[in-house]
Amino acid sequence: MADEVILLDKWVSPFGMRVRIALAEKGIKYEYRDEDLRNKGELLLKMNPVHKKIPVLIHNGKPVCESNIIVQYVDEVWHDKAPLLPSDPYLRAQARFWADFVDKKIYDTGRKLWTTKGDEQKSATEEFIGYLKTLEAELGDKPYYGGEKMNYVDVTMIPFYSWFHTYEASGNFSIESHCPKLMAWAKRCMQHESVSKTLPEPEKNYEFVLQMKKRLGIE
Amino acid sequence: MADVKLLGTWPSPFSYRVILALKLKGIDYEYIEQDLSNKSPLLLQSNPVYKKIPVLIHGGNPISESMTILQYIDESWPETHPLLPADPYGRAVARFWIKFAEEKLSSASMIFRTSGEEQGKAVRETVEVMEILEEHAFGSLKEKGFFGGEKVNMVDLAYGVMGRWFDAIEECSGVKVIDPLKFPLFCGWAERFNEAPVIRDNLPGRKELVDFYKRRREMMLAAAAAASN
Repeated sequence: MADEVILLDKWVSPFGMRVRIALAEKGIKYEYRDEDLRNKGELLLKMNPVHKKIPVLIHNGKPVCESNIIVQYVDEVWHDKAPLLPSDPYLRAQARFWADFVDKKIYDTGRKLWTTKGDEQKSATEEFIGYLKTLEAELGDKPYYGGEKMNYVDVTMIPFYSWFHTYEASGNFSIESHCPKLMAWAKRCMQHESVSKTLPEPEKNYEFVLQMKKRLGIE
Repeated sequence: MADVKLLGTWPSPFSYRVILALKLKGIDYEYIEQDLSNKSPLLLQSNPVYKKIPVLIHGGNPISESMTILQYIDESWPETHPLLPADPYGRAVARFWIKFAEEKLSSASMIFRTSGEEQGKAVRETVEVMEILEEHAFGSLKEKGFFGGEKVNMVDLAYGVMGRWFDAIEECSGVKVIDPLKFPLFCGWAERFNEAPVIRDNLPGRKELVDFYKRRREMMLAAAAAASN
């Protein structure tokens, strides 16, 4: 029986990008549906009644929600190709810890960066750079968080690279100047087709955010 | 067999999640109570990113964040009392509810940290969370069951704090949030959890918990009053 895989998503969502990268790494065929989040469709509401958010992976009719949970699910079901989590329990725990760190810290602080001004924005910027430095330190001299290959942590973090330009323009700072090794890591990941074909052009992200700011009444 | 240490504080529900998992699996460990007002070198070394408890140290390797620790325990000691379903879809659903617990239960702790309007807001938020849980999570449990079926699993441990701890918080905050008439499925599950084998012998005592949170609440409200003067 052929697998039916549908992804309810939004092109600009870094969470959705994680899932798209994982699916691409494993060569899984799926139907991509870009959702209108201001007018949520019946299927999205039915498949994610608790959060009503994207991404949602629908595998043979059954929904899986929350991007990191979807990536782990994809890794377990299609385990024979491009494993994203190591097999050693301690290394797995480390990977989960760092993916969780990215999840807890990057999106929310990044969002503060482009939705605030003045002192609030300045402190959000400092906080954000601090988190990037922590991530850079964890990477060390490894080419990827997964060592020689991309793993779960790389997949969790790399979508934010398409948002770097937006963060930099909003907070008026350069990520490269603070975290050159992290930028090198990002460019290395971008050499993978699964990543370069998934991440939108940084300019497109920025345009989207500027439109959102207008709509939200943030100058 | 590599040694296992647990850095925790009494009566942190996050510490207890790990204690209960270790007990369910019959794993021997050394518990080291931490003083968070004067953090030990071992704690700072083992969890440099967050500097928080619980931390599990297995054969010298530290693991932080309670639910990450539980997954580690489950994978390192897979033969006894599995804490997650065997199939990927079952695991994805379990992880969804574990994540929900991690994100949404903090409003409950705000109930005992605050008073007046702020407390009212925390109560309303907690009730909203409870309504979602009652319908979508506890609604899927069979009458006599746990998230792990006949046995307690990781999802039960994630929510287990809501039984005895919530009870203690309600008593010392003077608010009743968990109305058995409104949340019968949750209450039935909480009673079963508190009575489950191994769990029932390893929960903190109700009186001790109430006394602890009473003192804590008095301290917090006094500090808040002093800060606003």
